Amino acid sequence: MCWPARSKPASFSLLKPGVSAGIGPDMFQIRIHGRGGQGVVTASELLSVAAFAEGHHAQAFPSFGSERTGAPVVSFCRIDTVPIRTREPVVEPDAVIVQDATLLRAVDVLAGLPASGFVVLNMARDLDEDLRARLSAFRPDRVAVVPATELALEHVGRPVPNAALLGGFAALTGAVSLDAVVTAIEERFGPDVAVGNVAAAREAHRTVRTCREESGAHVHTIA
Amino acid sequence: MSTPSPDQRQIEGSRGVAETVARCRPEVICAYPISPQTHIVEALSALVKSGELTPCEYVNVESEFAAMSAAIGASVTGSRAYTATASQGLLYMVEAVYNAAGLGLPIVMTVANRAIGAPINIWNDHSDSMSQRDSGWIQLYAEDNQEALDLHVQAFRLAEELSVPVMVCMDGFILTHAYEPLAVPDQEKVDAFLPRFLPRQVLDPGDPISIGAMVGPEAFTEVRYLAHLKQLRALDLIAEVSREFRDTFGRDSGGLVRSYRCADADTVVVALGSVLGTIKDTVDEMRTEGERIGVVGITSFRPFPFEAVSRALAVANRVVVVERAFSVGVGGIVTSDVRASTANLGTGRRPREYTVVAGLGGRPISKASLRRVFTDAIADRLEPLTFMDLDQDLVNGELRRIGASPRSGPTAENLLHELRVNARQIPERST
Repeated sequence: MCWPARSKPASFSLLKPGVSAGIGPDMFQIRIHGRGGQGVVTASELLSVAAFAEGHHAQAFPSFGSERTGAPVVSFCRIDTVPIRTREPVVEPDAVIVQDATLLRAVDVLAGLPASGFVVLNMARDLDEDLRARLSAFRPDRVAVVPATELALEHVGRPVPNAALLGGFAALTGAVSLDAVVTAIEERFGPDVAVGNVAAAREAHRTVRTCREESGAHVHTIA
Repeated sequence: MSTPSPDQRQIEGSRGVAETVARCRPEVICAYPISPQTHIVEALSALVKSGELTPCEYVNVESEFAAMSAAIGASVTGSRAYTATASQGLLYMVEAVYNAAGLGLPIVMTVANRAIGAPINIWNDHSDSMSQRDSGWIQLYAEDNQEALDLHVQAFRLAEELSVPVMVCMDGFILTHAYEPLAVPDQEKVDAFLPRFLPRQVLDPGDPISIGAMVGPEAFTEVRYLAHLKQLRALDLIAEVSREFRDTFGRDSGGLVRSYRCADADTVVVALGSVLGTIKDTVDEMRTEGERIGVVGITSFRPFPFEAVSRALAVANRVVVVERAFSVGVGGIVTSDVRASTANLGTGRRPREYTVVAGLGGRPISKASLRRVFTDAIADRLEPLTFMDLDQDLVNGELRRIGASPRSGPTAENLLHELRVNARQIPERST
């Protein structure tokens, strides 16, 4: 596990590097979990715009389980090299983004994620034993813990974790580039709002990428 | 492998519909917001306010009944009129919906399909627009968001050429709230495709007439029969307009029906709306395993294209109709019309027919479940009327309660209570 030397609680972890790559078929499917009001729908929309900006076909759509603020919400994004026809919810994602770590207690956010899947988790504290155990089912180099809310507070001044999570997602998966994420953020928001979000995305991306590159030297085995 | 075309943008379906409607240059938009239609009319009101859509009057009415009434008023004074609604909103405007058709007014309305209560439910199915299938409106169902955009351009053209109102039905949330690559039809091409509105009837203070006479037994049948003839004429025009659209805009949208991998299909799945995409993916998978299965998508549900459906199903031995609504006490709504189409295939034989009710009130329609019902149909072990993914235990529990007590209470609340109890019985993951 790679813990960049930072004094702040903000820490990134990439569990140990895996043995083989290979995402499988061309279509890349992402499921995003959050709570009503955190921007879970916006996250999938931004991701689809980023993928589109890179010449991919993309589809983003929400699943309105409940429209109450704070209730668990899910959105989906598909990225492909051909037009996307299916409309079913993503049940076997290639990647899961979790905007709120408290959801881990309420919802099976990892449902359907194969052992080769990616996890981006918004969390500022260290992984506890239980969470380590749950994440140990996945390849360590495909799990990133990003203190996205802290990064947002630092760069945006509001607890809006999307930009940092998408920056981290881009670094972890390579499914979209950081430039594309930045393009999507700038297209969506006015310059004043975009600038802080772009900074948060860049920092998350840089740190996750650094972790990946260095992780060979910083491997901690997970019990 | 392909990339989106240069004229596409990654936008929400509702946004694309709003921009397309704006390019059709409506002169009056009257609407009342209701999920999942809201994003469409919000975007249109912003386009009117910013001056991008001008001249146009956006009337923020106090209800759906007022929305349709105002659209009728606008239309009879010679304005191109548009509105949009869903679910309870559509029901609330029903009296005016029938009037718009009875008066022959070329209003275009988007229905962002959503279930009807009770129980109250904000999610997608086709109960709302299906309830208006006999209202005299043309009903076109969009398979994807690009088609939803394109159908609006065609809808204004059809409406005004025939002087009949047109409903463009698109699946709420599934399409309205989905981001995908969309090409908003080019303004110059829309202008060329959609000539200036020349009303067949118009209220003009300079040349006063009345519209909306009371008609007694002496002519009511004839007025209704003429409305029927107009719908039959629409069958030709819908196909023509779709062909012309392809020539102008370079893509296939609209028309009566579309067949997919049907040439040698033993089993054909019939459906309308956005579920067609998931069905086609399922059918592709089953084709690679050697199943002779195809798809017929119905775009025009009213008027119903009996001949075209009959031709599309001519070689099928088995027809599975997937429906997002049903007639309580009867079964499939679309199935009835499909069955009438296959009654006279001229071969003396009829395909076996199955109805699969799926996706009610927002229940997801998965490839896995579709594949299961199609496989059962191919083996001829599917029930003639199947409710896909029905939770039979939940149903049985309520039937037991009703049997056990004369005051078993409200069904919806009972089922929700039972689901909560069951959820609690699943051991919670400790984290």
